Amino acid sequence: MPKCKYDWPEAGERHLIGTRIDRIDGPAKSSGQAKYTYDINRPGMLFGKIVACPYAHAKIKSIDTAEAEKLPGVKVHLVQNVGTEIQWAGDEVVYVAAPTEELASDAVAKVKVEYDVLPHLVHDEDLSKVGDRGKPAAEQKSGDTVAAFKDPDAVISEGFYGTPIVTHCCLEAHGQVTEWADAQNLKVWASTQNLSGLPGAIAEAIGVPATNIEIFTPYMGGGFGSKFGPDRWGIECSKFSKEVGKPIKMMLERDLELMMAGSRPSHYAKVRVAAKKDGTITAWESDSWSTGGPAGGGKPPIPYVFNIPNQVTRHTSVSTNTGPARAWRAPNHPQSAVLTMCALDDLAAKLNMDPIEFFHKNADLASERTEVYRQELRKAAELADWQKLWHPRGDKTPGHIKRGLGVSMHTWGGRGHNSNCNVTVNPDGSVEVALGSQDLGTGTRTIIALTAAETFGLPIEAITVKIGDSKYPASGASGGSTTVGGVSASTRRGTIDARDQLFAAVAPGLGAQPDQLEAVGGKIQVKGDSSKSLTWKQACAKLGVKPVQVTGKNPGLCELGSSGVGGVEIADVSIDTETGLVKINKMVCVQDCGLVLDLKTAESQCYGALIMGITYSLFEEKIMDATTGRMVNPNMEFYKLAGIGDIGELVVHMMTGPGYDERGVIGLGEPPVISPGAAISNAVANAIGVRIPTIPITPDKVLAALEKGGMA
Amino acid sequence: MQAFEYASPTSKEAAVKLLASEWGETEVLAGGTDLLSLMKDQGSAPKRVVSLAAVKELKAIEYNPSTGLRLGALVTLRELLDSAEVRKPYPALIEAAEGVRSPQLHSMGTVGGDLLQRPRCWYYRGGYGLLAQMDGKSLVPDGENQYHAILGNSGPAYFVNPSSFAPILIALGAKVRLFGPGGARDVSLDKFYGTPTSADQREYDLKPNEILTDILVPAAGGAKMAVYEVRQKEALDWPLAAAAVVLNLDGKTVKSARVVLGHVAPTPWPSPEAEAALAGKTVSESVAEEAGKAALAKATPLSKNAYKVQLARVAVKRAVLAAAEGGA
Repeated sequence: MPKCKYDWPEAGERHLIGTRIDRIDGPAKSSGQAKYTYDINRPGMLFGKIVACPYAHAKIKSIDTAEAEKLPGVKVHLVQNVGTEIQWAGDEVVYVAAPTEELASDAVAKVKVEYDVLPHLVHDEDLSKVGDRGKPAAEQKSGDTVAAFKDPDAVISEGFYGTPIVTHCCLEAHGQVTEWADAQNLKVWASTQNLSGLPGAIAEAIGVPATNIEIFTPYMGGGFGSKFGPDRWGIECSKFSKEVGKPIKMMLERDLELMMAGSRPSHYAKVRVAAKKDGTITAWESDSWSTGGPAGGGKPPIPYVFNIPNQVTRHTSVSTNTGPARAWRAPNHPQSAVLTMCALDDLAAKLNMDPIEFFHKNADLASERTEVYRQELRKAAELADWQKLWHPRGDKTPGHIKRGLGVSMHTWGGRGHNSNCNVTVNPDGSVEVALGSQDLGTGTRTIIALTAAETFGLPIEAITVKIGDSKYPASGASGGSTTVGGVSASTRRGTIDARDQLFAAVAPGLGAQPDQLEAVGGKIQVKGDSSKSLTWKQACAKLGVKPVQVTGKNPGLCELGSSGVGGVEIADVSIDTETGLVKINKMVCVQDCGLVLDLKTAESQCYGALIMGITYSLFEEKIMDATTGRMVNPNMEFYKLAGIGDIGELVVHMMTGPGYDERGVIGLGEPPVISPGAAISNAVANAIGVRIPTIPITPDKVLAALEKGGMA
Repeated sequence: MQAFEYASPTSKEAAVKLLASEWGETEVLAGGTDLLSLMKDQGSAPKRVVSLAAVKELKAIEYNPSTGLRLGALVTLRELLDSAEVRKPYPALIEAAEGVRSPQLHSMGTVGGDLLQRPRCWYYRGGYGLLAQMDGKSLVPDGENQYHAILGNSGPAYFVNPSSFAPILIALGAKVRLFGPGGARDVSLDKFYGTPTSADQREYDLKPNEILTDILVPAAGGAKMAVYEVRQKEALDWPLAAAAVVLNLDGKTVKSARVVLGHVAPTPWPSPEAEAALAGKTVSESVAEEAGKAALAKATPLSKNAYKVQLARVAVKRAVLAAAEGGA
């Protein structure tokens, strides 16, 4: 089959793709030269702060800003009016702005808001206590679960599993600096995952055309799904800036960041699952519930990964006053992995089967990726030393340290988003790729440079990448693992077209046709004849005074990426049965994502995901107080995140080569963060012989479970 | 944060003259790792902050094998960790400093500040006052009390004393020297802490116009000692329970023992019950376990912190075993 015009180079022809490339903005970030939104200060700028509602559910009775406005230089802006019903503690009522942060804080304290306090609900783990806040959805079923569960050959396992609300806890909080260049033109430095989409999202609310709004996000300190929209603070601060005629910087304080800038919905379920005695899974029945705040919580995609032939699922959405939900890295998948993979692990234990063997046995149920999962299960087992270290439930070794292994599987899409780029090759040999994307910290900038350098046969340093400005050609939001596929495809198409124009310009001088040329090793040469060549610089000089300027697009002609990945993770843990403390010995991540462009940033995504996964498995929880309705741990002291001593040994293996590379580029941000919860929970069950039903797996839960029926 | 006056006196005499006789008017600044966050969160709003940074005599570390150790209140955790004079005779003081898993806190935090830091109770820090009350009723018994007290918690205080050093210093028989307008007074550290009954009281016997100048630790005299903290994280995290043990041994037999628990009560919690369980015994796994059980026999856990009883038992057991095997 002839190669499509736009394609990735074959394995033997790649000079950068698939190698380990350092991120090109590493020195700027580590030296502090990289400026994040938090670092932006504009002349005459005011600092904005939020007067937040202290109640989880209340109606605003009165707002008095007079005392605050008496402070020198203090301005106020109402964002919610008297009569409005507030649905979570931390919701914004009034913004204040002042020449210093300290003064702004003092002004916040002087704003008086009176409320009528209304009843609230902030807990949902016990569905029997949510009253009329629970809204059951219609039952969904396929096959015949009644018959499958009644089958005399069926082995049935029943359990309760769950995950509470966790937050995003981005290192860089939400917020922005807003500045009006004149009455019609707005500049916003925003910490956003959606640079190109933001002007359109703000325009209508502030009454200027989207073309008059320019967004800057040169660097960003993480979003994890919580930073797609302008948010109320983006829109209201734009208005506020205009009112006061000054730039305003408003970044959320850590407490409000954790209270209201995003929650991953809880998910709980009572699950029944059945298999034949040979291990073939036959039936699933679940009653699940979840909350993502006042809007409730949607049904998780369970059973997860495995398409169980007979299944019935019922779900109840619970409305709570816990703050609004936002997409959290692989929305609903980590929770679904816990609900499914823990239930299946318990079933495997009941069948006296090794869970890896059990997953192999049922891999046919894992849709079109059966063979991928089989390969990944084998690789993960090898890297975890499963054969040697796994044992049936309950470590029988004497002493109070019990070791166990657990496994989980996951899936994700990751097709590249829409992306446009401008590629410029100048007569002096300089190369620029510009696109309206953002680098959340994942390595997007590096991937764009690598793709261009690969096409042009240049070192990566030869490429100037311009991102982080909405005036560049529009590129999609960075969410759902869509960025790498999108920006690499637009860049690849654009750079191939630019390269071909350059070939056309230099071919006559080399006595060859353009399609006989190649760009390798910093040269343009006749394929297979390096005696007929020009250096890159010489070649570009042939352009005269006119640079090559082309646009690259995704989607476009020829597929450069696809969708759908697997992934297997294994946790190796030790539990101190006297203290209930869980120690991670090792985490193994085996992940596919099609063609890996930069192996180093790909592995880094997996390392980061494992750390994030360990954190939500062992430590993280938005802890809400029933009486006050407030989060009691809106800080990084008690909203616990793993440190370097808590993560054990992390082993990452990317599946590459034949069978993977030809799928093209697929996103990777989400998938490796899905399985840690289930893998760690399963490892703990394997170690101590008893299931801890919910994550995070804290000492109180471990000790309680051991007391109830483990091997203390 | 309201505007405040900042003073940096160079002598302790000048320092105490700058302090008010009522709590809340003035605050003393040492490393600032607690005070500054309290002020930012409006948990403290002094009119004047008196820094002790320029009072040089508060930085001393003096050791004499026969009389013991004098630690100036302004000695940082880092300086303590780096001090060979402390490390050899008092290895458990080093263990206590190592339990604070933060280079920043090592650099800025002081030994005196550790003893005087305010509770970490999240209701207190969240604006509900030292006694965590709303409408005159404590939020703790029916609330999120997983990190609260399991001993000495009949109310109205339910927080735990957060000090890393107080348990081992009490076990070593240390005193604190306090300096006020009337001069210096020494208070045995085991008498220093108290449980407040109103939100405007402090958790220790220090007057508003006194400063803590020195920590006086008797010679260890060959005693064996250890600190054991149960922390959920290896990275910076408050202990869920901690124990400090000092053993005076005759051969392998315990002549006398001091056992003091941390993070279990509104004050550091000496346990005569555990000490009695150890006296005259040869330390073994089961003897150490009995000491842990004795220490917690009177525990009264709240709705969500029964697990801390077990953790505190284990902390005592492991501290006893580590002391018997270990240093000094």
